[in-house]
Amino acid sequence: MSAIVRFSVFARMLHWLMAAMILTMLFIGVFMAATEGTAYNTLLAFHRPTGLIILALAIIRLGNRFFVPPPPLPASLPRIQRMAALGSHILLYGLMIAMPLVGWGMLSAGAYPIVFWGSIHLPPILPHNPALFALLRHAHTWFGLTFFAVIVIHLGAALLHALILRDGVFPAMASWRTGQRDED
Amino acid sequence: MVEPPDERRTRTSLLPTDPTVMKHLGFIGIVLALLCSTFAWSAGWLSPHRLTQTSMLDALRAVDGLHPGFRRNHAKGMCVTGWFESNGNAADLSTASVFRPGRVPVVGRFALAGGMPFQADAPAKVRSMALRLMPPDGQEWRMGINNIPVFVARTPQEFHDLLLATRPNPVTGKPDPARVQPFMAAHPDVARAIGLVGKRPLTSGFADDTYLSLDTFRFVNTNGTSIPVRWAMVPVTPPSAPSPGNGPNYLFENLITALHQAPLQWHLIITKGEATDPTADPTLNWPADRPQVDAGTLTLTSAESEDNGACTGITYDPMVLPTGITASDDPILPARSAAYMSSFVRRSGETKPPSAISPATASPNGGPS
Ligand code: HEM
Ligand code: HEM
Repeated sequence: MSAIVRFSVFARMLHWLMAAMILTMLFIGVFMAATEGTAYNTLLAFHRPTGLIILALAIIRLGNRFFVPPPPLPASLPRIQRMAALGSHILLYGLMIAMPLVGWGMLSAGAYPIVFWGSIHLPPILPHNPALFALLRHAHTWFGLTFFAVIVIHLGAALLHALILRDGVFPAMASWRTGQRDED
Repeated sequence: MVEPPDERRTRTSLLPTDPTVMKHLGFIGIVLALLCSTFAWSAGWLSPHRLTQTSMLDALRAVDGLHPGFRRNHAKGMCVTGWFESNGNAADLSTASVFRPGRVPVVGRFALAGGMPFQADAPAKVRSMALRLMPPDGQEWRMGINNIPVFVARTPQEFHDLLLATRPNPVTGKPDPARVQPFMAAHPDVARAIGLVGKRPLTSGFADDTYLSLDTFRFVNTNGTSIPVRWAMVPVTPPSAPSPGNGPNYLFENLITALHQAPLQWHLIITKGEATDPTADPTLNWPADRPQVDAGTLTLTSAESEDNGACTGITYDPMVLPTGITASDDPILPARSAAYMSSFVRRSGETKPPSAISPATASPNGGPS
């Protein structure tokens, strides 16, 4: 093996930007769902648009991944680890898209106005249906907790590659280099 | 920096025999543990005493019991519909579209405070009006307003503690003086507010009662300047003294009868606060001489049971505000917003038994259920 193949600069930028946004969203989410304090509405007013921006970025990111395929995992990686990587990545993309859709959908089903920012409102994406509202509100919790768990596993695996396996997987995403390839 | 794949470390290197591998594994463990514990802290899992939506609803339940399918507070109620007609007088105080001259449809709800959906009506029980004003541009205004002069707690924590202090003793079914007295002694502001609530003049029913915002909001005008406001719905029907009721639902039945005879109306009276007026404390009244603006008339024309009415599948979250109205620094408002969503989630996921005010009672030819 003589080459490091990295994610495109655009993919790396999106990855780290979204990582920061999603972690912030998860922390804010669980905090505001467990407070009667004065920050509640301020946090919610940040949570809604940030979540919807994550939805837009996730779609752009999937599109980019389709046109600029990611670097392959090293051949040294055992099959089971590849499957785990693939599975967790599918889950991460799924949740990046599902979480904001569930958030938007539950407010729609609960007949809340969907305030994006200030006086900018979005249309409902689901009909008014209180039972559906309750279901989606619970789904938002369980998906959120799953999201956090998968991120923890993902981070653990990334650090394992970075510190112990040192197989080029970590620098493929965590690098300041502009190019996608380095030939030795 | 390019790190070439390290050929010496292949898959066997995962075995934690090598001390550097051990060190690195330890480091990874610490990073993940820190992340998880910060998350657990955010979610309140490490702070059992934090006031959350759950502990607030638990306190309400401690007072009134659990009634699946019903609102966790103001549980006994019925739906009404009609419209709000703005006269344009408040348009220079707030840019809210509901204040432009014209009519907007309204879905409302009258209720008795408290979490018991089948409590018997009585003159001194706190009555409420909830309104959802729906202008065509989607700039909704929701409110839940009560027939009391002040709210009984300054902060959500104080309200929570008041609920727990006044919860009924399971043996006597009454609040336990041994709990209530020390609480009131430690919270003179609550005792004073409850005194004011007890001294309010009572009217004969829902139709001739005045409902107040209690919480403070801010109206923002076209220049972007804002003033603190409170408001009231003042009945056009002249208030009359309470008379003894007939049956457990007489307040609601009288309202239904009145609505079937003729529309009922209220004036939306906005009180303009001064910079010195208390905005963060709903237990304090504003000076009586504050200027007021009559912003328009609410007209209610029909009554419906909660069982099939349009007020059931929503929550009257006081933070659902149009552009032109914002919250003040009143800490009760975000607490209400959070608790109303939790209550709304819970009741919407439960099967609701028939309400005290049935569709038959609410229909034009209905009588006492
Ligand atoms: C990537 C996007 C998102 C993430 C990661 C996320 C995460 C979360 C989490 C973890 C919670 C707390 C759940 C709980 O503990 O019960 C939460 C609550 C909530 N989220 Fe999101 N969310 C996202 C997008 C959205 C969007 C787009 C909206 C609305 C447009 C939204 C609206 C809400 C609301 C209303 C709550 C509940 C607050 C309450 O219960 O009082 N979320 N979110
Ligand atoms: C921290 C203080 C408060 C808490 C925790 C609280 C809690 C609740 C809850 C859980 C509901 C049921 C919501 C639903 O299921 O849709 C409710 C309804 C209501 N609350 Fe509060 N409340 C508080 C303060 C106030 C204040 C200050 C007012 C009056 C200005 C008020 C007026 C109302 C009204 C009118 C309703 C009934 C709305 C309807 O008919 O649907 N509440 N409250």
